[in-house]
Amino acid sequence: MSRRPRVAPAPSGVNRRIILSFLVSAAGAIGFAVTYGLGGHTQWEGACLAVAFVGLATGLAIWGRRLVPVGGYVEEHEGFVPPPDEQALTAAALSAPDSPIRRRGLLAALGLALTALGVAALFPLRSLLPWDRARPLRARRDTPWGPGVRLLTAGGQPLRPGDVPAGALVGVFPEGGTDAGDAPAFAVRLQPERFTRPPSAGHLDGLVVYSLLCTHAGCPVRLYLKGTGRVLCPCHQSSFNLFADAAPVAGPAARRLPGLPVAVDADGYLRATGDFTAPPGAGFWSRP
Amino acid sequence: MIMDRLARAFDDRLRLSPLTRRALAKVFPDHWSFMLGEIALYSFVALVLTGVYLTLFFDPSSADRVYQGSYAPLDGTATSAAYASTVRLSWDVRAGLLIRQTHHWAALIFVAAILVHLVRIFFTGAFRKPRETNWLVGVTMLMLALANGFTGYSLPDDLLSGLGLRIIVSVVESIPLVGSWLVFLGLGGEFPSDEMIPRMFVSHVLLVPAVLVALVSVHLAMIVRQKHAQFPGPGRTEHNVVGSRLYPSYSLRSLALFAWVLAVLFALGGLVQINPVWLYGPSAPGQATSPAQPDWYVAWGDGALRLFPPWEIHIAGHLVPAPFFPGVVLGGVTFLALYAWPFLERWCTGDRRAHQLLDRPRDHPVRMGVGVMALTFFGVLVVAAGDDIIARLLRVPVYDVLYVLRVLVLVLPVLAGALAFLLARALCRSDAARLGELTRADLRAAGQGADRRAGGRRVRAGEARAVDEPELPTPDRPGQRIELWPDGGVWRWRYRDEPAGVTLLNNRAMLTEREAVDSARLAYPGVDHVAVPGPPPPAPPGRVRIALRRWGNAALGVSLLVAALRQRRQRHPDGDGPRPE
Repeated sequence: MSRRPRVAPAPSGVNRRIILSFLVSAAGAIGFAVTYGLGGHTQWEGACLAVAFVGLATGLAIWGRRLVPVGGYVEEHEGFVPPPDEQALTAAALSAPDSPIRRRGLLAALGLALTALGVAALFPLRSLLPWDRARPLRARRDTPWGPGVRLLTAGGQPLRPGDVPAGALVGVFPEGGTDAGDAPAFAVRLQPERFTRPPSAGHLDGLVVYSLLCTHAGCPVRLYLKGTGRVLCPCHQSSFNLFADAAPVAGPAARRLPGLPVAVDADGYLRATGDFTAPPGAGFWSRP
Repeated sequence: MIMDRLARAFDDRLRLSPLTRRALAKVFPDHWSFMLGEIALYSFVALVLTGVYLTLFFDPSSADRVYQGSYAPLDGTATSAAYASTVRLSWDVRAGLLIRQTHHWAALIFVAAILVHLVRIFFTGAFRKPRETNWLVGVTMLMLALANGFTGYSLPDDLLSGLGLRIIVSVVESIPLVGSWLVFLGLGGEFPSDEMIPRMFVSHVLLVPAVLVALVSVHLAMIVRQKHAQFPGPGRTEHNVVGSRLYPSYSLRSLALFAWVLAVLFALGGLVQINPVWLYGPSAPGQATSPAQPDWYVAWGDGALRLFPPWEIHIAGHLVPAPFFPGVVLGGVTFLALYAWPFLERWCTGDRRAHQLLDRPRDHPVRMGVGVMALTFFGVLVVAAGDDIIARLLRVPVYDVLYVLRVLVLVLPVLAGALAFLLARALCRSDAARLGELTRADLRAAGQGADRRAGGRRVRAGEARAVDEPELPTPDRPGQRIELWPDGGVWRWRYRDEPAGVTLLNNRAMLTEREAVDSARLAYPGVDHVAVPGPPPPAPPGRVRIALRRWGNAALGVSLLVAALRQRRQRHPDGDGPRPE
């Protein structure tokens, strides 16, 4: 179109450096392809691609910095205020006598129709929770535990009181509901004489069962500090004192862990005699 | 040749050249801080490219699957299809692990770049009129980026992300009235549901990215329409943009930046392990892992959950659990404050003018103080997310760390904010150009309410207003002028400020003299116009070229000198001039 401002001819060293960079880039790309072809190797592949892109970046950067004008240009800015006459004409065009936006009554009716459609469109969202599933409040309160449900270990074996060693947590799950999110519990053996507050769900000669889910945000309280009888949540460091009916003693949790009442059946296995003493896990609005 | 004909073919049909000519000549300001948003953009491109590859191998399903593959410790284990396919794609798909790790790193850098970009926009006041809309779009994109980062993090269905998801579910559940319903509608049942992974997958690869692409387009379109803001400087006014042109300079530099971003991402993805899900094991309701830290961009929420005391309240017999305040309220307030800031600031300062020139951070001590306070607050929260690790490293009880952090999170932001406010005010009122140049007297003066210099900031803001006012022309200053000249069939102009040693060339050729005059008048209202005869003066040299020319001249001088000396030495043995051959 027209002559550009004269640009000084490239110093030969610059050209050479750019070409070298692009050659390095091509070598990196070939290196990647070869590594991939030879069976793949994450580190080499990453390094080769990095070299390829570093070469590309260096070449382009030198080119953009050394061979083309940098800085020194000015472009006018039209300002942010539209020309008043243009604005007036646009407004006039929009609000002409036959303009749709002047028919207020029709617009109101249209608005009503669109609102109704919008609200109606929300209804299918209710299908996100299928009707045959339990409602939230009930589902949050009920767990698979109940009278007569056997306690299984993580391996799926039914548990006897003698299987719970002193000084370790044993994760337990309800028979027939091992995958449920709100069911995990743990059994632990404590010395009954150290109880400062009797467990609300009772105990079997020092054996107590509590929900594994932290009452703060629902993480499993898997860390057991056996000397102090405390369990600790690894997510936010809430800790609960098992000697005081799993009362929260530190960290952000505010409620005690719900206990699970258990008994030994005729075969010598542990069975729940009811559900948890309270809904397990994090709190929610309708929690009793 | 072919490109030329192709371009002509399109131009003949779409009449593109007038648009293209202006677009190619578009001027970008030359400052590194304007490239931060581009890093986010290019990380996003990398995310889309690597993400598409991952979807070809990932199976978004909670169905039971027995993992069989070359990671021996898990071989034959029953896991979810999502987890099994993630481990498979990491161990048995060639280049799969590279792409997966690059994707994860790209996500971390994407959010980081957005955050740093936001900080730049905030402290330089680039969100002021007329760019508030773009600020809103940007904050929305930050929110979507956080959400998409979290769903992506949860998709592999490993133990660590399972814990994270459980925490988020607990936070949502804590919302009064609707919390449980939101969770059950979102997951299609109680946590962990079979629907949650397919639904997060749709949101992660389709819904949110589509909205992000749309918002990125809006963001960029608005930048093009409104043009870049710029820092004040010689020749820069409220009516122009000074810098380099899109073509050729910025197209090369921007592509170079794209390549740099990809280079860093692939280097990290190949060489630095991230999220080794095979080590964490599959998600299981009764299992936990310790230590458990989330990705950095959710750490502020995790830290807040750790620090917030065990306070729960009851409203009419209903429970508002503790995670509601640090989770929902803090998050909501954070984003509401971000959305509201441009309007809050306008309301407080009464500044309703459009701004093309940016503030330096010090120019607005209150904004500086508030910004530093917020950054310190969130910084302490991020640190708090690692309180167990700090306790382990320092060999102190974790609850001591917790109590110290609970105090620090309230005290440190106030202190840091106050300090930043004072330093900014001291810089603003004194003549110091840098922090190091501040004297004790400057600091003492900044601590006092009123400015020791008559009138203080208010009057100086008034001066700035006089300069900024679109209606008033720039006061005629000696040494400034616009030079116009015909150049072949077109016209060009340039701005010269002799005392400042600044020469700025107009970014494009003008078809008529009238057009050139109008353009120059727009960019520099009130500056005298002078017509100069052609030929056009050379383009203003850049810093590098000046140095090169200087070296070139020096080299030329030296070589001349050397040549002269050699000639003299050759001449010397003979005594008289060179003999003819």
